[in-house]
Amino acid sequence: MTSQTGRRLETFIVILIMVAVTALGDIFLRKGMARIGAMPSWAPADVFHFFFRAFTSPLVWLGIASQLAFFVAYLLVLSWADYSFVQPVSNSISYPFIVLSAEFILHESVSLLRWAGVAVICLGVFVVGRTQVKTTGEPV
Amino acid sequence: MITNAIFYFFVVVVGTGGEMCVSRATKLIGEVHDFSPRSIARHVGRALAQPWMWIAVTMMAFAFFSLLGMLATTKASFVYPSTAVSYGVGALGGKFFLKEDVTPQRWLGVAVICVGVLLVIIGKG
Repeated sequence: MTSQTGRRLETFIVILIMVAVTALGDIFLRKGMARIGAMPSWAPADVFHFFFRAFTSPLVWLGIASQLAFFVAYLLVLSWADYSFVQPVSNSISYPFIVLSAEFILHESVSLLRWAGVAVICLGVFVVGRTQVKTTGEPV
Repeated sequence: MITNAIFYFFVVVVGTGGEMCVSRATKLIGEVHDFSPRSIARHVGRALAQPWMWIAVTMMAFAFFSLLGMLATTKASFVYPSTAVSYGVGALGGKFFLKEDVTPQRWLGVAVICVGVLLVIIGKG
């Protein structure tokens, strides 16, 4: 696939995989960290204890594994697409996924205003998504 | 409150800086055309040989620790959308650090995203 359309489709497919993986990871991380609770202070012993508990949590490690999978996909897509295209599109498509997951899996209450904000973010993504994937070097 | 503000700064500014360093490293090693596992592994290996990649990993590690700190006390449905302020930082970095041609349409999209983030923050209660 060397045409602009083919490269755009390829880019969106990889981004969708990234979104699904990262949303799953975010839920694991929130569940794991919510069990640990707030860091009591910035005293070195408290900071060490806080992150020691975080990195001995299986849920946090599941979240980290998901983030690593996201990172590999990110490396691939950034090799051909602009950062200023990939960053808004990938991160913003993931918001409805994350907020939905938070509401239904973590049972968080989400206000209408926050949903409106997520919808506006998606609109911005649509605008960014209609720009060229790559603006530097050779055209794709 | 102050603790979360510090965490927020690291997630948005330091994390975005790290992502821009990843982009610079991957641009230096070239595009991926073969998606076989061996080719992907070779590509990742070449990326890890770039100093920019290690700067990125360090910055993103600090951002990740900070994200964990935020998630310990704050809802996921607030944390993730609110950190989208990084789009503005990312677009500026794309233009001035990575020399990307950020078109007016892309700027418009980023501005709309920032309005959405503002609504998410206002809708926290």
